[in-house]
Order: sequence, then structure tokens, then C-alpha cells
Amino acid sequence: MKTVNLDYGAAAPLEPSVLEVMLPYYTEHYGNPSSGHGMGVKPRQALAEARAKVGRLINADPAAIIFTASASEANNLAVKGLAKAAGKKGNHIIASSIEHFSVLNPLKTLQKEGFAVTLLPVDHYGVVDPAQLADAITDKTILVSIMAANPEIGTIQPLEQLSLIARERGVLFHTDATAAAGWIPLDVDKMGIDLLTLAGDQFYGPKGAAALFVHRGTRMQPQLEGGIQERGMRAGTENVPAIVGLGEAAHLAHESIEDRPQKIAVLRDKLKKSLFEAVPHLHLNGHPLNRLPHNLNLSVEFVEGEALLLRLNMAGVLVSSGSSCTSQALKSSHVLTAIGVSPELAQGSLLLTLGKTSSAEDIPYVTEQLAQVAGLLRTMSPLYHQFLKERKTNA
Amino acid sequence: MPDYSDKVMDHFTKPRNIGEIENADGVGEVGNPVCGDMMKFTIKVKDNRIEDVKFLTFGCGAAIAVSSMVSEMARGKTLEEALKITNKQVAEELDGLPGNKMHCSNLGADALHKAVEDYMAKHKTGEE
Repeated sequence: MKTVNLDYGAAAPLEPSVLEVMLPYYTEHYGNPSSGHGMGVKPRQALAEARAKVGRLINADPAAIIFTASASEANNLAVKGLAKAAGKKGNHIIASSIEHFSVLNPLKTLQKEGFAVTLLPVDHYGVVDPAQLADAITDKTILVSIMAANPEIGTIQPLEQLSLIARERGVLFHTDATAAAGWIPLDVDKMGIDLLTLAGDQFYGPKGAAALFVHRGTRMQPQLEGGIQERGMRAGTENVPAIVGLGEAAHLAHESIEDRPQKIAVLRDKLKKSLFEAVPHLHLNGHPLNRLPHNLNLSVEFVEGEALLLRLNMAGVLVSSGSSCTSQALKSSHVLTAIGVSPELAQGSLLLTLGKTSSAEDIPYVTEQLAQVAGLLRTMSPLYHQFLKERKTNA
Repeated sequence: MPDYSDKVMDHFTKPRNIGEIENADGVGEVGNPVCGDMMKFTIKVKDNRIEDVKFLTFGCGAAIAVSSMVSEMARGKTLEEALKITNKQVAEELDGLPGNKMHCSNLGADALHKAVEDYMAKHKTGEE
């Protein structure tokens, strides 16, 4: 059976050339970068190179890059690490209500420890209002954490505007760029960003390697203590092969930062047009224009997302959903709730993320399958039957 | 993807008794989109037995499979027998449900019971 992967946000294959540069660090250059003898040299150089490549992707000083094992770890380090080192500077942190749980949950923990947290609302597209950020900052605020782009609805935040407000008030600005890095140009210098999270597996690098950029001189408490790896900010022997892969993937993403996103946006727009033409009662979630080039989030009215996902999976079309039934916690997406999507439409949400194997040739097949599956599930939906009855009465 | 049994997948992919009976003798509705599932059962009753039963469901794979299974279990049963169908029996007939989907089986049995109770309430002071 044909397989069309439209869930690249969940997992993407490694770029073959990335794997190639990683392999020698598993077999030949397997040394520990901290070793004093010869075996440590090559891995140490490789780490430095990877740091430089990751730095280039976001125009950052390589010395300001801390490698971690995941974006979640980097977000935890950013939020908790700064909070714990703030001391008398203050105890107030501001974030958006649509942050990833690796920002939101550490904030909850900090709240229990006495920190004050403000979660800013977003508009119907998922955009944070700079004026609301300005109003929320107090003389106790130590950190503003607002993601660069949302992985679920794709909406890109006005980072420069937001960071400027923080800067003017002397507050540090962190952005979780996990979904954005490699897909939209990022420049920590120009954008006034003090801390930035990114992960290689979002741009064809390996899983298990991510990075936190921390402006030099920023006081931070390590969250993983032990050795003095990563300037003492993250203990543990470095995962050299994965970090090498992250560096190479960052290099490739940087080289194609104009080309790759543009191509995929054209494809995404074609898919979107095709789906909206073929399937009635579809709704777009997230910003119509200011969104990640590979992201499409739709709500299929009158039906539930897990049922859609399972049926599409049977047809080889792989997607994700923000429905409560697809989450282990049985809660619908906090992001869709925050942008005011009704519970019914949140249940019928589908997240499609395109990637390197996505092709225009697959669009008719995907369209046909979604039209069929939506139609079939609607025939058994009480909400759809109710809609048809009401339409008949009103006609 | 949840780990559904073959039986759940069978009822999900080939649901039995979809629809809504016109001028039904009993109607039972449970759930709402906020909790994720909604079920509507309609029944036709003859000589105290469920002669026909149909369902409409907005919900996940488990909810659809449960609805389909309940409709099969209910058909031909007396009203008293139908009221005795438990969520546990429904889950067992489906060879089990994942832990976090057990509430779907509650909904299915509840919707059927409501339809039967609706019929009974209408016929309390009826022809008998």
C-alpha cells in the first residue's frame, strides 16, 4: 500500500549525508572529548565544529551554544535554570498560553515553589499581542518565554517586537524555536533573543541532540549536575555522533533557508487548496499567512480526530490530531483551546506536517482519502445529521 | 495509535446499524463534543422486544466500535434484557478496550438504556 507521511513534525528521517558524517564518531572516533590523550582530539574538534554550525544557523556566538539531549531538556534548562539563578532580581515569569509543555510544566513547578507566572492569551490566529506583553511586565519579571512558531498551528510570533519590549524593560527573552529553527530565518542578534531552544530532529538531524543558546554572561543554574561539560551548564559525556549530526543538519538547513521552506510552502498551499475544494466544512486553524511553511492544521467539522486518523492510517495517510481521544490524558489540545476553537472543532482537528518525501503527486490521493473518510464518518455523526436537519428546516 | 483489539477494529471499520430510525419508539442520547464523544441510539420496539436499533456516533474509534457492538447486542433482546447489558459486557464482547477508553463503553450502554427508558416512560400509561 501507498504510504504518504504527513506527520513530519512527529518524526523525520535523517538526511543520508548527515548519517554519513555521524557514523565515524560511533566507530573510529569514539573517544571522549574530555580525554587528555589523542582519542579525545577528534571528538573535541567535532564538537567545536558542530557548535559553530549551530551558531551560524541562528547567527549566534558558538561559545553560547549548550548542547542538550532534547528540546524539552533545553526548555527546562532555560526556564528553571534562569529562575533558580535569579535570586533577588525577581520571581515573575511571563510566557504565552500556547507554549510547549516543556515550558508550561516547569512553570507550574516553579509556581509551586513561589514564583509568579503570567500566561499571555493569544488571538484567534495564535499571535501574542505585544501590548499585552508590555502590560504584563513588572519590576519583578525576570524572564519572558515565547515560542518562535507553534508546532501545532504553525503560527509565527512577531519575535522582534516582543523581544524589544522585554529588552527595554531589562528582562531576558527566551524563545522556544524547536518548530521554527531550520524553517524560518532566525538571527538572535538582530531579533534581540537572549535564549533560544532548537532541536536537530526537526530539520533532518538525529533524535537525541538539541541545543540551548544562552547569551554569554547570563546567570543560570545547571539542571543536570556533574562534570563540567558544556561550560558546566549540562553535565554528562557528550553524545558526539548525534551532536555532529545536529551540526551537519544545521549547516544544510542554513544553506537552504530560502529554498527549502519556499518549495515546501508551495506544496503545502497546493495541498490546502485541494483539500478545501474537495471536502466541505473544513476550517483552517492558525494564521493564514504567517505560519511555518510545512504546517497545515485543519478541523474537519462534525467528526472526531482519532477516528479520522485511524481511517486515514488504513489508507496509508499518516497524520496527527489534537483531539482529546488521541491524547493519553484525554484532553484536547491546549493550543486549539487558547485560540478559541470550539470543543467540537478541536475534536475534529488534523495536523499535517510536510517533509522531504512530500510530493505534489500525492495530493490527489490524500484529497480523495480525506474526502472519503470525512464523508463516511459524517454519515454516522449525530452532529452532521443535526446540521442537515437544521439546514432543511431553514431552507 | 491506541492498541485496539481486532474486534474493535472490525466494528470500527465496518460498523453495524448506522443511522437513525424515523419515528423511533425510543431515543437515547449521551455525551457532548466537550468530552469527546456523543452517541444517539434509536430503537423500534415490538412485543416488548427491540426489533430494530440504529446509532449515530461522534467519537473516536473505540466509541464507534462500542456503539456498533451495543447495537448488535441489543437487537432482538427484551427491554429488560437490554437494560441489563453492562459496559463491562460490551468491553468483553470487544475483546477489551485500552484503559483510557473504558469510558466509551459506559457511554454505549448508557445511550441504549436511555433509549429503552425513553420508550418505557412513553408507554407507562399506554395501551397495556
